[in-house]
Amino acid sequence: MRHALTLIIGVLRRMFASKLAGMLNILVIGIALSLPAGMYVMLQNAQGLVAKLSGTPQISLFLTMEAKTDDIDKLRMQLTEHQSIERVEFIARNQALEQLKKSTGLSDLIGGLQQNPLPDAFIVYPKQEEAQALEALRNELAELPKVELAQLDSAWAYKLEALLKFGRMVVMILASLLSLALVAITFNTIRLQILTQRDEIEVAKLIGATNGFIRRPFLYFGALQGLLGGGMAWLIISVSLILLNWQLAPLSQLYAVQLVLNSLTPGDSLTLLLFSLYLGWLGAWLSVARHLSQIEPS
Amino acid sequence: MISFNQVHKRYPGGYHALKNVSFEVSKGEMVFLTGHSGAGKSTLLKLIAAIERPSLGSLIVNNQNIRVLKERALPYLRRNLGIIFQDHKLLFDRNVFDNVILPLQICGFDYRESHKRVRAALDKVGLLNREKSNPITLSGGEQQRLCIARAIVNRPNILLADEPTGNLDTEYAHEIMAIFKSFHQVGVTLLISTHDEGVLLDTNVRRLTLKHGELQPDSFSAPLTGSDQV
Repeated sequence: MRHALTLIIGVLRRMFASKLAGMLNILVIGIALSLPAGMYVMLQNAQGLVAKLSGTPQISLFLTMEAKTDDIDKLRMQLTEHQSIERVEFIARNQALEQLKKSTGLSDLIGGLQQNPLPDAFIVYPKQEEAQALEALRNELAELPKVELAQLDSAWAYKLEALLKFGRMVVMILASLLSLALVAITFNTIRLQILTQRDEIEVAKLIGATNGFIRRPFLYFGALQGLLGGGMAWLIISVSLILLNWQLAPLSQLYAVQLVLNSLTPGDSLTLLLFSLYLGWLGAWLSVARHLSQIEPS
Repeated sequence: MISFNQVHKRYPGGYHALKNVSFEVSKGEMVFLTGHSGAGKSTLLKLIAAIERPSLGSLIVNNQNIRVLKERALPYLRRNLGIIFQDHKLLFDRNVFDNVILPLQICGFDYRESHKRVRAALDKVGLLNREKSNPITLSGGEQQRLCIARAIVNRPNILLADEPTGNLDTEYAHEIMAIFKSFHQVGVTLLISTHDEGVLLDTNVRRLTLKHGELQPDSFSAPLTGSDQV
């Protein structure tokens, strides 16, 4: 065991003998991986935002200013009995104003108003979630008496969702291409390593080394290089997010909302590292399979 | 141990390196293989180590048929052979000690045991004080001895040497021959190729002579096995 370890360490030391070339390789792999992984992080953040904002789809019914308590009660009855509606929530105009003051940080501006400009409103939670059914329900509710405006709140979220789907596809394509690049980088690195260690491989074959024995250090090297490249990508993403969040902080204060970009979750980080390790190993394996058989003692 | 039976070796392109070669080397025997350069000595040794395969005939080494030996069985055949190469095949990116330990690492020897064996092998060839040196700093004779140490370190039962005294002056050549004789005395089977008649003068050992790829009929004179000699 100790033997195998010293041997592998020795081989790896020789392979990393050129520190600059090794570092450059790792950097290239890191950058290549950080592009799709970084985009993925951004998408996850956008996704989180959409989920937080839209939640379940809802229709806001804004009532006319002259709607009285009777009208409101009648409307409430109608809505509760409607078969497409899960439940309704009433927001009185005063309550709405308070919420606005709290959530947007515009309290100074609102405080200066002579009268409350907000109408009473119902928030309707429909049973269905398909865009078409929601649209039909919205049109129906807009016709009800004393309803000024019926607004499908989550429409924009659906559009964003579609956009995110598009974004995910872009990430997938980018990730596939750059994974291929990683495999190619490792393939070539290992090819060069095999060429420079030609003598050693030949001698090892002559004194009874199995192919597995000769292959092993190259596979370890490829996997290690991939892993370090993945670590580099993780570092690039983490540092970038720290910088971005740093710039977001003043924005958050200005808009009085919580704007923070989340970094990779531990699970995602692990996936990134394992994936890069696997790709490095794969590149090495392909290279070794291709080039090692060409070296036979003569 | 080694048995050639009507072995031919023809290279692609038509060169007929060995023609109908038949002989046997029994366990513990020490045999010299002589002949002019280009007679087929190196080819014959390469066949034994399965670096080349016979075109025709049967070749048995350590009870293994070289002609049909599977690719993945090759390493295990070679682990029982110690090969001393004409061009040494030393690795200049590591020191003397690490060159010699390589076969033991390949066979997966225990760490402590292998260190002991490497020192013993280096001691045997008189290079123990050079274990930290790079092989490039060694003289021709020392490099040859290093190659011998690497060949014997995992105690193979057959030792093949291709022109081990080729580029050495007489004094060095005799030293190397003395080392081989000491292996012979402990029961190792040796097959040593040389075109250097001077080395053979004072030895009373079986000789195989190749001429243009054919074994000469008078080659079987003066056979001497290990037990006879002692």
